[in-house]
Amino acid sequence: MKNRWLFFLQLGFTLLVCAFLIVPVILSILAGLTVNYLVGLESGLTLRWVMEVWNGYRSTIFLSIGISLACLALTLVIGIPAAYVLAKRQTALTRAIEELLVMPVAVPGLATALALIVSYGGLPGFRTSWLFILVGHVLFTLPFMVRSVLAVLSAIDLQTLEEGAASLGATFWQRFFHVVLPNCRTGILAGSLMVVTLSMGEFNMTWLLHTPLTKTLPVGLADAYASLRLEIGSAYTLVFFLMIMPLLLALQAFAKPRTPKFVAEETE
Amino acid sequence: MTETTKPLAIALENCAKTFADGTKALEPLDMTINAGETIVFLGPSGCGKTTTLRIIAGLETPDTGGKVLFDGIDVTHLPIEQRNVGMVFQSYALFPNMTVAENIGYGLKIRRTPEAQIRARVAEMLAMMRIEKLADRRIDQLSGGQRQRVALARAIAVRPRALLLDEPLTALDAKLRDTLRLEIDSLLRSLQITAIYVTHDQAEAMALGDRIVVMDHGRVAQVGKPRDIYQRPATRFVAEFIGTMNRLSGVVRDGVFACRAGELAWDTAHGNATEVLFRPEDIRIAESQEASGLQGTVAAAFFLGDRTRLFVDVGEAQPLVIESTARRDFSHGETVRLAIDPRGLLVL
Repeated sequence: MKNRWLFFLQLGFTLLVCAFLIVPVILSILAGLTVNYLVGLESGLTLRWVMEVWNGYRSTIFLSIGISLACLALTLVIGIPAAYVLAKRQTALTRAIEELLVMPVAVPGLATALALIVSYGGLPGFRTSWLFILVGHVLFTLPFMVRSVLAVLSAIDLQTLEEGAASLGATFWQRFFHVVLPNCRTGILAGSLMVVTLSMGEFNMTWLLHTPLTKTLPVGLADAYASLRLEIGSAYTLVFFLMIMPLLLALQAFAKPRTPKFVAEETE
Repeated sequence: MTETTKPLAIALENCAKTFADGTKALEPLDMTINAGETIVFLGPSGCGKTTTLRIIAGLETPDTGGKVLFDGIDVTHLPIEQRNVGMVFQSYALFPNMTVAENIGYGLKIRRTPEAQIRARVAEMLAMMRIEKLADRRIDQLSGGQRQRVALARAIAVRPRALLLDEPLTALDAKLRDTLRLEIDSLLRSLQITAIYVTHDQAEAMALGDRIVVMDHGRVAQVGKPRDIYQRPATRFVAEFIGTMNRLSGVVRDGVFACRAGELAWDTAHGNATEVLFRPEDIRIAESQEASGLQGTVAAAFFLGDRTRLFVDVGEAQPLVIESTARRDFSHGETVRLAIDPRGLLVL
């Protein structure tokens, strides 16, 4: 009897926490689809606000997708070799680099953005280009790629695998592409999804780095909330939600640990 | 078998190895490994045996002045991928991202062998190691014994000039180790390949080696045929590392070796000695009517079926180990008279 009560108590608490998190999402989505939010749902449902967002803010959506993909490409090209070197050479220097890489995550985005503006804001063309935002995003997301690849590389016996491949005649690049890369696939996937998701939603830094012509989706969203009807802001949220949700689901799927397989020793 | 490559002769000249942190892993070593022979490097961990293997493989370079020669050609600075040696690791080093067949065919793929030939060679290897059914398995679906068979097949598939095995059986359980040891032995004989085998297990070394190199603290303690190493160990370290050794301490006087357990007839050719060593099979319980100058008391007796292992206290720090085939029971504390075969006596 006592256990039953405990169970319902826990269930109730869990549902309460879920509701606390989910209700605003539902309300926001509904607001974006309601003709007049102040009147309420009686005013009817409409796609008008979504269409207005699409027409007015389409460019921010494409810019965000573009930046996050470019950011992914750069973090892959920089992050994987970096993780490989960090995994292979365990010295005081590499450990220091590993720690330093996390700095942009620990330091507030605003501070990083300011530092970037102070250092490179004067470069003509660069300050007004989307590449300026890209640099900030790469700084911010790189540690996530390096960390997740490094975690996988440290879990496998990289040195022996490479020696095995070398003994079969594989050169450095063959070893890297045939053995190292495929075996840190899970880390690369997890890191990639993390990078894309973070870059897509990054606001702090982007708020300072953007110009009126280089607005990303979250910046546009803040704009919409600040200056337009609540319905449009909410419709914007809905669009953002639809874009980020599949990524988050994929992230969950890949982050699942592999089930260990039990293998019995053969009998002879 | 379609092995056409001529076996390789390997020579090490003045090969020493000091690691970056200053540890001296290997003292200067000169060694010739004959074409087609199986040579076993044997010793406790940290004796330099694995370093020697890695220098031969090309995974380490010897200190300046050292040279590695393959059929007389200097390969000291050739990296492993250009030496064409097959290697088998204790941890197998199989690629988890490839199937069994892909693992075995990998070396051939690197050599740009035509697809059809790769398939034929992989099938041949799978058959040779009797693992045909595992061809499409992933590595994490294999047991330890199966993994080591795949690792052997993968190393042999490319027809290497020499096969290097680094403690290949250490990670397996005792029963499987025996089975695989037998398989590796017949494999090496049928391939007639130069094989270098590193182990700390003296039974493995005895079974597989044409010659054994016993190593200790980065130095070669003795090189020889298994029987020589066992019966005529060059140093006390070798004597005690290989097999079981009994010892009696005492003094030579009036043509006998006198010790706490009694007296032992002494051949003056042995010269003077304060200690004699002999194997358990060279000492037995004396027959009742036989003359014997030695006796001790039974400290423990273990009936093993075909023989009884006796531990006989003779007043030394260590009891003598005796393998008795006598058809009788021994009781704790019983006094036994002992006979030692003088041919088995060693003075080191």
